[in-house]
Amino acid sequence: MTLLSLDMLLVLEKLVLIVIIVFASLGIALYTTFAERKVAAILQDRPGPERAGPFGLFQPLADGLKLIMKEEIIPNSSNKALFILGPGLAMTAALMTCAVIPWGSTVHLFGREINLQIADINIGILYVFGVVSLGVYGIMIGGWASNNKFSLMAALRGASQAISYELAMGIALIALLMTTNTLSLREIVVQQMAPGHLWNIAYQPLGFLLFFICAMAECNRTPFDLPEAENELNFGYHQEYSSMKLGFYLFSEYINMIMSSAIMASLYFGGFDIPFFDEKVLPQNIAALVGVGALLIKIVIFIFIFMWIRWTIPRFRYDQLMNLGWKSLIPLALANMLATGAWILYFG
Amino acid sequence: MSTTEILFFFLSALALFSASMVLISKNPVHSVLWLVVTFFAISGHYILLNAQFLAIVNIIVYAGAIMVLFLFVIMLMNLNQQNEPQKNLWMKLAGVISGGCFLMVLVSLVRQSLDLKSKVAMTTSGDIGLIKNLGRVLFNDYVVPFEITSVLFLSAMVGAIVMGKKD
Repeated sequence: MTLLSLDMLLVLEKLVLIVIIVFASLGIALYTTFAERKVAAILQDRPGPERAGPFGLFQPLADGLKLIMKEEIIPNSSNKALFILGPGLAMTAALMTCAVIPWGSTVHLFGREINLQIADINIGILYVFGVVSLGVYGIMIGGWASNNKFSLMAALRGASQAISYELAMGIALIALLMTTNTLSLREIVVQQMAPGHLWNIAYQPLGFLLFFICAMAECNRTPFDLPEAENELNFGYHQEYSSMKLGFYLFSEYINMIMSSAIMASLYFGGFDIPFFDEKVLPQNIAALVGVGALLIKIVIFIFIFMWIRWTIPRFRYDQLMNLGWKSLIPLALANMLATGAWILYFG
Repeated sequence: MSTTEILFFFLSALALFSASMVLISKNPVHSVLWLVVTFFAISGHYILLNAQFLAIVNIIVYAGAIMVLFLFVIMLMNLNQQNEPQKNLWMKLAGVISGGCFLMVLVSLVRQSLDLKSKVAMTTSGDIGLIKNLGRVLFNDYVVPFEITSVLFLSAMVGAIVMGKKD
């Protein structure tokens, strides 16, 4: 069955995969908001949301319903088209990353080998960078279109922060790519699964630390949430937003968190690899499902660490943020890259 | 029409439309955003030619970094259509005519150049644009120009820091 020289079955397979992954990410993000409130409550020694449903499990649904039902307000003096475009862009950029993440190995279904990855492109990790660098447009456009001084200030802060930390992130990543020799995320994961090969964290501990800090800054998480510092900027770049547009901005932060956790797990912690276990002894489909489970567990651990840090460390001052990015992280990343290069040259 | 042709015409129309919107838009912020759309359309063309690395670097560097800085400056200086200098009609007309003549000369030059005669673009087949081959060419055949370019960037960076430190 081909149309326009495309294999329609392949298109259908990919569409189903996209729908599953996007809705799964949205579902996980929904419950990440709940987990955030619970973790905050535990760290601050209070019960947290517990009224809606058993253990407060329906709380995110109630929150979502509240956001949807609220009145949609578009300020009169705002730039209307861009005001609507902003949250949409933030959400799109957050979700686009999931296309290159290898969620699992291959599944054998209906006589087809289905790769649990939407697109295995040979520039996978660069694609992630491209999408991440577009994420800042959501913040900038939203902040500018609101026609509010505080929003604009927050948008400018967000953009300069994102650009500063992208640099250190990229250089930290180059050191990793020098050891893996490939940019395809699936190949990086498969390399780590090979017997005798440790996870990349063992070869690039400093690189991972830098990448983790920068990922936190790119997600605008505390201690890097300068764009929404409420004591200085009221509410940050989404000050004028209400209803589901505000929901999109808040939600895209959680999706970004899930995607960066998935990327860190794939790059440094073996992706869908199960530690100390050979997947080949299991039947193919079960091995793939267990692999997806392993990746999800790694993602959950990373999300917990994100939250733990958020509710432990206070926010940086703006000059501290810039000093950390430019004067500590970038020189460290450069030193790490040089050391890796020298190591490859003499021992590789 | 094959899929490649449909994509080609769609991307070309998008590139032309967004490029003219860059010029037509009164608001500088809109111009920058249309320019970002143009970069995306051009990246799409690169992908059709199987130059994936070029496509993604075009997005990361131009759409992701340089245009953000443009937007940054425009927003910071709060430029909008009121304080944009208005040129008189004759000036605009003269600009359009001379620009059009220049374009005609350029197009005819490219069309007649011997290097391009009877050559067809390789869509979705050639692998010269893949990152491995590109890296090999850059670091074997063009290593001196490549390094000189990086020295140029370094000197620009040093210059920017010197100018920033002056006050």
